[in-house]
Amino acid sequence: MFVIKNRTNSLHNVERLRAGIGGKRGWRRRRAFFLFLLPSFAGVILFVLLPFLDVVKRSFQTAVTGEFTGIKNYGVIFHNQAFVLAVKNTARFTLVCIPLLVLAGLLVAFTLSRFQNASLIKSVYLFPLAMPTATIVLVWKMVFYRQGFLNLFLTKIGELTGLWGSVTTDYLGTGASFWVLVASYLWKNTGYTVVLWLAGILAIPNEFIEAARVDGAGRWKCIRYIILPNLKGSFYTIVILSFLNSFKIYREAYLVAGSYPQEDIYLLQHLFNNWFVNLEFDKMAAAAVCVGAVLFVAIMALQRIWDKAE
Amino acid sequence: MERLENMMQLKKRLCGEAGKLLAAGALLVPAILICLPVLLILTGSVMDSLEMKEYLLPVFSDGEGYIRWRLVPDYPTFSHYGRLLFMTPSFFVLFWNSVKLVLCILAGQLLVGVPAAWAFAAYSVRGSRALFALYVVLMLLPFQVTMLSSYLVLDRLALMNTHAAIILPAVFSTLPIFLSYGGFRAIPPQLFEAARIDGASELRIFLTMGLPLGKSGLLSAMVLGFLEYWNLMEQPLAFLEDKALWPLSLYLPEISWLQAGFALCASFVTLIPAAFVFVLGQDYLEQGIVYSGLKE
Repeated sequence: MFVIKNRTNSLHNVERLRAGIGGKRGWRRRRAFFLFLLPSFAGVILFVLLPFLDVVKRSFQTAVTGEFTGIKNYGVIFHNQAFVLAVKNTARFTLVCIPLLVLAGLLVAFTLSRFQNASLIKSVYLFPLAMPTATIVLVWKMVFYRQGFLNLFLTKIGELTGLWGSVTTDYLGTGASFWVLVASYLWKNTGYTVVLWLAGILAIPNEFIEAARVDGAGRWKCIRYIILPNLKGSFYTIVILSFLNSFKIYREAYLVAGSYPQEDIYLLQHLFNNWFVNLEFDKMAAAAVCVGAVLFVAIMALQRIWDKAE
Repeated sequence: MERLENMMQLKKRLCGEAGKLLAAGALLVPAILICLPVLLILTGSVMDSLEMKEYLLPVFSDGEGYIRWRLVPDYPTFSHYGRLLFMTPSFFVLFWNSVKLVLCILAGQLLVGVPAAWAFAAYSVRGSRALFALYVVLMLLPFQVTMLSSYLVLDRLALMNTHAAIILPAVFSTLPIFLSYGGFRAIPPQLFEAARIDGASELRIFLTMGLPLGKSGLLSAMVLGFLEYWNLMEQPLAFLEDKALWPLSLYLPEISWLQAGFALCASFVTLIPAAFVFVLGQDYLEQGIVYSGLKE
């Protein structure tokens, strides 16, 4: 008990040091903070905040003449088939991918945590993060075209087991394209999820697990009652980062299938780009405000949950 | 009795070993799948065009049969590399575009973002936490949401269709601030207090203590930044009309199927700098990923 109290005390001191004690030194610190932050904050205001206000204003105006139209643009996008489809697909992609990625990463990290020295395997899992999307596109085409490697592989299995004949699914032209995107998202992102989970697992003091072992807990009980509850912090981070990166799947989708892909993988990113090319700034502004607002609320809610979990 | 116990123990140990082997196997299969694309790029880049055409024929004729491949080509050749490196000046233009964009962005982030990260990590003044929360939200907004805003300001500054249109918004990105912040935050602030008592100025504390001690977070931001900006796509696609200004990442998809060998060779050359940075900076990269999970 004493130790814990002492620790909070020293934490308190650290905060006091950063805040500065006393009037004159406090002023010196405020000035330093301001000066160090100034270049970045000026840039953020100039390049992000002010133009975003302009976008909010434009979302209530017509695209060309700039006449005030109230919430008409918002009405238009919500009745726009492309927007509804894109929102649906993006939501579906996010809801399928993130749980899959979180679980896949956790499984690999658990398995890795049993080995003393697993840095090579970790590097292999992390490497796709370094591979530029453009380099991988041709490979994806070779794998997923109708006469590609995946169908070849499935056909070979069919021949060997005698269960099915030749497979000629077209993965990019049918609803299967959605799963191609999911696979390529998992391929690219499992690595950093593993790194994050692994960091979380290794941060759990060994004494906790040993104490539970002494009390007779088996491997599964250890996982269920000690390891998983201690990974809450990692969990929220991983969800947020996976979400951030789920938007980048547009690169694969665009490079493999172009601006107007099969309709199951028509994402919000495609829509924004097409609107941009067609100069439909009124719809873009309204949609940017909506998506921005939804994300803002989601991030705030996650941070709230995060704070509670700590 | 003792023998029985020994047997039991041996069995337990064997089970543990078997479990470990099984686990290693379960990890290796996806690892091999992950490596396959690299192998395909590498072997394809040294394969003769005619041989490649024969293997890929079913794919572009959309006829019978399947794609075929040889991990060791029958007619290995470096002709694609020769053509790419000595006879394709446009490749070099785009390669240097990419290099220029990445270096300018990273240099700008060092100058602008790192002091900002230091401000958030070393000082706690009123309002700094709210500002930091704002930075986190900005970091998480996808490009598409801010695309129109960026366009409006770039258009007004007459920067559209120049490299500055890509560089400037990226310099003020808040992700590197978040990553460097983790590194600075790990330094005990008592050190700075001691320096202050000895009369060091705030700038001197930053330059001689903050930077050297917090460099791991900063380096991880640079490594992650390099990989991110070497792979730049959305921004040049929206803001650069002139194809001579494009980065390499947009050039590769322009090469047609009929030149698959050449395209794979160009892919491999594009991959080299990223792989190089990955191998050199892997420790920092991992550190950065972990820092991105730090919360305060």
